[in-house]
Amino acid sequence: MKSLRGALVLIATVAAAIALIAGLWIGPLISVAAFIALFVSCQCGFSLLRTDPMDANSSVVWQDRAIVIAMLSFGTVFGSYVLLHQLGIFESADSPEPGFAFYSLVVSIWALGWLLVEWLADIDSRRGFVRRILGVVIPVLFGAGLLMLWEVLTRALDVPQVLLPSPSAIAERFGNSLSVLWADFKQTFLKAVLIGYAMGCGSGFLIAILIDRSPFLQRGLLPVGNLVSALPIVGIAPIMVMWFGFDWPSKAAVVVVMTFFPMLVNTISGLAASDHMQLDLMKTYAANYWQNLFKLRLPQAAPFIFNALKINSTLALIGAIVAEFFGTPIVGMGFRISTEVGRMNVDMVWAEIAVAAVAGSCFYGLIALIERMLTFWHPSVRSGR
Amino acid sequence: MTAESEQKSDQVISIENLSLTFQTSDAPVHALADIDLQVEQGAFVSLIGPSGCGKTTLLRVIADLETPTSGAISVNGVTPHEARLQRAYGYVFQAASLYPWRNIAKNVALPLEIMSLPKAERERRIKANLELVDLAGFEKKYPWQLSGGMQQRASIARALAVEPALLLMDEPFGALDEIVRDHLNEQLLQLWAKTSKTVVFVTHSIPEAVFLSTHIVVMSPRPGRIHEIIVNDLPAERTLDVRETPEFLQIANRVRAGLRASHSYDDIT
Repeated sequence: MKSLRGALVLIATVAAAIALIAGLWIGPLISVAAFIALFVSCQCGFSLLRTDPMDANSSVVWQDRAIVIAMLSFGTVFGSYVLLHQLGIFESADSPEPGFAFYSLVVSIWALGWLLVEWLADIDSRRGFVRRILGVVIPVLFGAGLLMLWEVLTRALDVPQVLLPSPSAIAERFGNSLSVLWADFKQTFLKAVLIGYAMGCGSGFLIAILIDRSPFLQRGLLPVGNLVSALPIVGIAPIMVMWFGFDWPSKAAVVVVMTFFPMLVNTISGLAASDHMQLDLMKTYAANYWQNLFKLRLPQAAPFIFNALKINSTLALIGAIVAEFFGTPIVGMGFRISTEVGRMNVDMVWAEIAVAAVAGSCFYGLIALIERMLTFWHPSVRSGR
Repeated sequence: MTAESEQKSDQVISIENLSLTFQTSDAPVHALADIDLQVEQGAFVSLIGPSGCGKTTLLRVIADLETPTSGAISVNGVTPHEARLQRAYGYVFQAASLYPWRNIAKNVALPLEIMSLPKAERERRIKANLELVDLAGFEKKYPWQLSGGMQQRASIARALAVEPALLLMDEPFGALDEIVRDHLNEQLLQLWAKTSKTVVFVTHSIPEAVFLSTHIVVMSPRPGRIHEIIVNDLPAERTLDVRETPEFLQIANRVRAGLRASHSYDDIT
């Protein structure tokens, strides 16, 4: 890893030096930022040369690390501020185009940001709360860096909005259309997705238990389930609109069709996951079918069932959004995406995508959290504790 | 332990002329052939023999986990099926088979919940049996937080919590190291002396069989049959030191000779 860091330090240093020299003709702010970037990257380089990997935990190394991380944080934050400030200047009338100095500074700040994440990821704390904070801070920093780069490049290079709007434009559109986004969210997520998800997962689960009990159903229903899973969503969505009307019930029906099969198959394999010895044990206790189901087979199936719940949480959202492309009232995330694309309002499409991404991640995260609580005993969860 | 005493009321297990054949795709496997066995109340019977001699199958027939093809068997005077529904026995498997989502106390409580005992009685039996196997204080631990020996002890406590008069044990210490095994053997013997239970114990260790049993049933493979029943007349009070005495070694030699005579000794070395 040291060679990667060395390369990053080299990139940051060279780019900062170029920015410093070229920036002298542009303005004091770029020069100051470039000077700080140069200073910080040189310090990182010295730290790399000083550090002996053999005594990675001595207090000197810790102190050294803390100083480097503090300097990197300052350098990246200040540099980012200067870059955004410069963008504002470039965009005002009769101003110079962003030049060599600007792009060099972008490269330098990007390298410094990467170095900051590298240094943070290196902290190997035994204390739980430090580790948890780092677990949040590192991905947030990484995401912020990505957004920053996206913002700077789209604005500096004047990328047409139809191709890729800048994050700030999307955020602005987001802030201005909160009521529309909320109505779409309510229509698509709170109605179609959640209701369809509950019905699809619930029916998949119950039918899996029936199939498990009856060999006749196993032969008859399982192939039908297989068939349903192979149906293309663009084929069933219009049919569901014919059957259940334009409003959310037809979308919920598409979600039911999409989520039913993963739940069915996973529950069936989960119910088969109990080993012979466990089943014999229940037999020696003369346990009846329901005791066997609730005290052994369902707990044993829980990891499989949660797997299906997680897969379905993302499938349901995709299903509901795509289904809205085939006939819908004038509200809904899928409807909004299809119409705003037609009107070239790509920033609104991106705002809907952001809503979908946040809602989908939260949905998935919530289920994963419940899974961790309920299947704490499973080796995959246990090792993480 | 003789066939003609079947009518006596203190026979816990009575098996006559019992055979079991598994139908497989190529040829039928004669797992058990012509088994005659009587087990008296309070006896400690070991079934010993090489792998594939049917000792585990015989235990599973007694527990109604396998159905014999022919012959007669009664457990507590009724069929094994009825005995199982009456919860007449406790069964200890080769592995502890504790449920990882239940802590130790809850694992012991499992059969008690299935029997729908009242909560106070469950608590009493959990406490008493965990103390019996030296696991008091581990109630809230999960199985994966305990060593293999402790897990197996918890599974014995779970079998004992049913308070059966008959204990069926299928190589319960087979997967444990010798030191833990010695310790558990001693504890099991004390437990048996204290509770006057009837025990049927499957093993392939000669010292274990001689140390624990009142009767040693030597079995031979292909087809699985009883070769010889050796009555162990060592004093009932035994400590691990008894294994150094000439009497112990003499009985061990008889068992070994029995295993060799049944043409199966080569298989277990």
